[in-house]
Amino acid sequence: MAHIKLPEGLPGIVGPLTYRPESGKPLRELAEVLLRGPSTLTSGERELIASYVSSQNDCYFCHTSHGAAAAHHLGGNEKIVADVKQNFEASPVSSKLKALLAIAGKVQSGGKNVTTADVERARQEGATDLEIHDTVLIAAAFCMYNRYVDGLATWAPQDASLYRQMGAMMAEQGYLREDAPAKSGSAKA
Amino acid sequence: MAHIKLPEGLPGIRGPMAFRPETAKPLSELAEVLLHAPHSLTAGERELIGAYVSNLNNCFYCQTSHAAIAACHLGGNESLVAEVLHDFEGAAVSPKLKALLAIAGKVQRGGKNVTSADVERARSEGATDLEIHDTVLIAAAFCLFNRYVDGLATWAPQDLNTYRARAAKVAKDGYGSVLTAIQAAASGNAS
Repeated sequence: MAHIKLPEGLPGIVGPLTYRPESGKPLRELAEVLLRGPSTLTSGERELIASYVSSQNDCYFCHTSHGAAAAHHLGGNEKIVADVKQNFEASPVSSKLKALLAIAGKVQSGGKNVTTADVERARQEGATDLEIHDTVLIAAAFCMYNRYVDGLATWAPQDASLYRQMGAMMAEQGYLREDAPAKSGSAKA
Repeated sequence: MAHIKLPEGLPGIRGPMAFRPETAKPLSELAEVLLHAPHSLTAGERELIGAYVSNLNNCFYCQTSHAAIAACHLGGNESLVAEVLHDFEGAAVSPKLKALLAIAGKVQRGGKNVTSADVERARSEGATDLEIHDTVLIAAAFCLFNRYVDGLATWAPQDLNTYRARAAKVAKDGYGSVLTAIQAAASGNAS
């Protein structure tokens, strides 16, 4: 049960975003810009960074929903998402994305852990300043979202098909929509 | 030196915010809502939570900035702020704020560390659902800000007077004014 009284039937972060729309609005806008806004990194790549960091933070709701969003952007490739979470260095993603995931992992453990060598590796693989900036900020932001979701002990559904639906909506409609997918009723089963 | 080329002369988080205005906007709006807008928790209490978490995350720029802003809200009482950062259970703040700081400390380590006993303690000291919600989100948000500031290896000035000066403005005018100041400085830098 959540630590505070949240609106019923809303999974994960949706409950708190709905409970407090004044903070919900900038939280949604930040996600929209970072994960779906114009970028030289694809949304699939950016959702992989988000899902990877959330997995490192052991936040089930976040890594599963953003993993589903990543898979949706990547043509339904759930295996690559699982591979990245398990061992991104051995996964079939680009060398540049591996270098960015390494930076994201360092940010997750603490900003000061990012070294000039980490950044140099990313540059050698073609990462731009903007891509490095956004990688750091996506990783930092998910360190916030994960703590928000787990810090309030929100409800995480266990139904994989629900996450696929959520992932599709996140990928196609983004983060500014007001309707939560769970309101379709499937989450109440 | 920062890991990427940031606009010059802007300390801490201000450099990255000038570099990327599209993300600066929601970040400053979040700070405004959580730390400055009218609330049942005073701005001083909320800034103390931010400074406390930043101290746990060992982020010099954030901890010094928000300690200074908290002090502004608390009539200049820098030693009270220092007490809270050092040992809040022994500091001269309310039992409710101590209970909320305990929750914030748990969030800093990881959301799952917050127990129902932590929450019960806060409730028994009179904390409302909204105050508990905002404490968790402020702590979580500072885990973002601290990683952003240090993850890009931004410049942190060492002169405490510059923090006091910036703090006075933020305490008075809030976080929208920070965005305005950054945009003005950044367009002044563009040549």
